[in-house]
Amino acid sequence: MTRDLGEKAGYTFTFLSDPKVEAIRRYDLVHAGAGIDGQDIARPAEFLLDSSGTVHWVNLTENYWVRARPEQILEAAKTLQ
Amino acid sequence: MRRFNWPVWAGFVLSVVAFISYPFVFARWSVTRDFPWANLLLFGIAAILLVIGFRRAFAPGHTHPKRSKIAASVLATLSILVLGLFVFSTFIMARWLPASRGAPQVGQKAPDFTLADTKGKSVSLTELLSTPINGQPPKGALLIFYRGYW
Repeated sequence: MTRDLGEKAGYTFTFLSDPKVEAIRRYDLVHAGAGIDGQDIARPAEFLLDSSGTVHWVNLTENYWVRARPEQILEAAKTLQ
Repeated sequence: MRRFNWPVWAGFVLSVVAFISYPFVFARWSVTRDFPWANLLLFGIAAILLVIGFRRAFAPGHTHPKRSKIAASVLATLSILVLGLFVFSTFIMARWLPASRGAPQVGQKAPDFTLADTKGKSVSLTELLSTPINGQPPKGALLIFYRGYW
């Protein structure tokens, strides 16, 4: 379903799937039982990493309707070496 | 004399529209999503219509005065409930998020992971940070965790 969505919308970035909630758990982003059918899903978060994999900027939103705007991320990316 | 109390009905319908248009329309743009001012504006107009309709219902000259008053009261109450539900879901429920204290902070190393992309191919964070883009090594990576389940 994600592939169809990505192809229709013309997305060129990499979409990854975490059905076993592995990466989500490793990043401590699990939102237990918040899925439509009661599954564990991720709480929204954005991480900008530098080339060594160190976190340069992070956005852990307090309200899931409010996400980082592209301008904010681009601004943070300017200071990436 | 029989008059159809259109303001009270319009007020109620607009309240429902004000509620539903948030996830389906206004949530598409961050300027109307981050703070739902457009929807609150619609609720405000709905409130004005309901007040006009309410006064009409309680004014003399109805064929069925009791029915008019009951209908107006019910519609007004339902509209208030819809507004309450809207405020609750956008301002309160949306903040019911786990603390995520263990999430990597600025300066910390982001944990590695290996997950499948949309074509079933395994992709690791190490790869994302090392595979050249247009012949250049990547300057970094942006990880976006979505709330949702597909």
